[in-house]
Amino acid sequence: MSTPVMLGIPEIPPPAPRGVGNLRGEEKFPNAARRALADTQLRRNLGNATTTIRTKRAQVVAELPDWEELREAGRQLKVHTMAHLPGYLEQLELAVTARGGVVHWARDANEANAIVIELARAKGVDEVVKVKSMATQEIGLNEALEAVGVAALETDLAELIVQLGHDKPSHILVPAIHRNRAEIREIFLREMADADPALTDEPAALAGAARQHLRRKFLSAKMAISGANFGIAETGTLGVVESEGNGRMCLTLPETLITIMGIEKLVPRWQDLEVFLQLLPRSSTGERMNPYTSMWTGVTPGDGPQEFHLILLDNGRTAVLSDSEGRDALNCIRCSACLNVCPVYERTGGHAYGSVYPGPIGAILSPLLTGIEDNASLPYASSLCGACYDVCPVKINIPEILVHLRAKHTETYAAEHRVPSAEAAAMTAAAWVMGNPKRWTLALRSGRLGRILGRKRDVIGDVPLPLAKQWTDARDFARPPKQTFRDWWAAEHGAEQ
Amino acid sequence: MRTALFITCLADALFPEVGKATVGVLERLGQTVEFPSEQTCCGQMHVNTGYQKQALPLVERFAEVFAPYDAIVAPSGSCVGSVRHQHAMIAKRFGSPELVEQVESVAAKTYELSEFLVDVLGVTDVGAYFPHRVTYHPTCHSMRMLRVGDKPIKLLQAVEALDLVELPAADQCCGFGGTFAIKNSDTSTAMLADKMRNVLDTGAEMCTAGDSSCLMHIGGGLSRIRAGAKTVHLAQILAATRERPMVLGRAEQQAEVHAGPEAVL
Repeated sequence: MSTPVMLGIPEIPPPAPRGVGNLRGEEKFPNAARRALADTQLRRNLGNATTTIRTKRAQVVAELPDWEELREAGRQLKVHTMAHLPGYLEQLELAVTARGGVVHWARDANEANAIVIELARAKGVDEVVKVKSMATQEIGLNEALEAVGVAALETDLAELIVQLGHDKPSHILVPAIHRNRAEIREIFLREMADADPALTDEPAALAGAARQHLRRKFLSAKMAISGANFGIAETGTLGVVESEGNGRMCLTLPETLITIMGIEKLVPRWQDLEVFLQLLPRSSTGERMNPYTSMWTGVTPGDGPQEFHLILLDNGRTAVLSDSEGRDALNCIRCSACLNVCPVYERTGGHAYGSVYPGPIGAILSPLLTGIEDNASLPYASSLCGACYDVCPVKINIPEILVHLRAKHTETYAAEHRVPSAEAAAMTAAAWVMGNPKRWTLALRSGRLGRILGRKRDVIGDVPLPLAKQWTDARDFARPPKQTFRDWWAAEHGAEQ
Repeated sequence: MRTALFITCLADALFPEVGKATVGVLERLGQTVEFPSEQTCCGQMHVNTGYQKQALPLVERFAEVFAPYDAIVAPSGSCVGSVRHQHAMIAKRFGSPELVEQVESVAAKTYELSEFLVDVLGVTDVGAYFPHRVTYHPTCHSMRMLRVGDKPIKLLQAVEALDLVELPAADQCCGFGGTFAIKNSDTSTAMLADKMRNVLDTGAEMCTAGDSSCLMHIGGGLSRIRAGAKTVHLAQILAATRERPMVLGRAEQQAEVHAGPEAVL
């Protein structure tokens, strides 16, 4: 029996739908991670890349005396915006419309993809150029377009590498972080019809080959698709920050521009970019300012695209907003600083997370967007070391949300199953023992049986039992002492036991 | 000042020497330490594994047992972090407003050992003697949740005859993370491997830290590869003196390493 819905009780908003997009992996994190950890090339690439970006970030952040104030300002702006989202979204719609743009509302990935397909059909295009965008990766737009015969060409260098390699992005900012230059050269030679067979693996040569390949496409494409780093409610302005200039090409050359923006990317005022344009590049690429910042407002006659569509995407975001403990995840500005400092991400890479959002932010955002049951292993993919929280430019307390989602997972499981999981039973038993000092004292004494296991080397080596093995595969375990602390204390101080 | 020792369930069960050493150093500094035997566990394992409701009785117990004391000292950054940052959350979610008040007031007087020594007692030289080459691993929770900063380093620098060597990439997690070490043992082990390499690169005999849990992880790894280096809790170093030096046991693990009041027995 479901709870009867009465007038006035809001429904819980739906999560991102299944069967579309790239928010769900095919296997659990520990299994995917095991395979990734065995890939020495991946480990080396990731280790080098994350260490380099991490160091650069630390240097440019240290230059700003007011960095902590900036973070707090960023956080507060986001918290305020999320608390007043409906009003700001309508303000944005009005402003965009007033400047000649068309605003579409997409409840989920399917609706957003359908709107883009409809627009592509109406314009009769079979090829679109794309600005790097997480939202379009999230909804699986390229796959949806391909299914109806429209080729979507990624123009960001790393996204192009991923696309040509029939691969998936593994990092928010540097999607091809798992590839090295030899692999990139090989992909280009295999997949780029116009690549020079004498292409070397020099970074400049590789970038040159991509530039040549893309330039032709920029000039011929009639339609471009972008995401947005920011949407400004008061002016209706959209913004994209980038490093390569490919975005600027896409945003200015084609006749039609479609922008897909998650509804959480809003900022209230133009002035708010003062904060975010300081926070984002320093956190993201470790630069004081990114090379290209493109802003556009509706349509400008005779200049740039003459038709502009803005698709506002929900796809589970309202559901995240309804979770009071988890909603700060929506404050994310996709800088990826948390990925670069995460010891788990640094070793497993992004693919292990299964979702287009990897790393610490992905471990909270993906299950929040899809519902915990579809990404249940992700909140556990963290040692809760807290490095992510320290670098987050909008101070998202990622460890706290991870812990919240773990509870949400066990509580959802308990509500849906009559028999508790083995882990839940063990935890309940442990709480029962620890809830009473007498039981706890007895339990501690029984632990001394473990001394037998450790008698040879005075530590406990490999124990071939489930759970125990997960520890003792790689580490010895301490041999329990002859006397626990409390027994020693009682013996010394004659306290009652 | 009434000072209570919160031993933590892990040290109680597996590393009693850490508790003895904590009592030893505090008593040497003129403190009277009490051990309320009604204490059990802070509940962090439950909270971090997703069993918040099961942690409630442990949170209530902690607040009740330690309420009468002026200061509570624990040889663990992680457990103190849980008391300070998680107990109020559990109380708010499952307990009464009175409980919230109670846990907040107890949390405000709960200290990790290095905090208590440096901030409350105002000492950095505790009169310890430890003639060994040692490297210090700042555990994640002492560093990022408690912000103990360089307090442990200052304490170590003041130890006579101690050769303190800097640990490369010290701020990197060792990969323990509670049940993370079990649920994601492959990733945890990969993190541990890098931590061990950095420890061994220093040429230190011992790696020290303020948390038995992380040390159990690092030490367990070093023991498995027969690395010839081991782990020792900060309290054990601070408890050792010329008169009562720490006698290194035959064990790879500190569980059998003697220090503190009965070190010379």
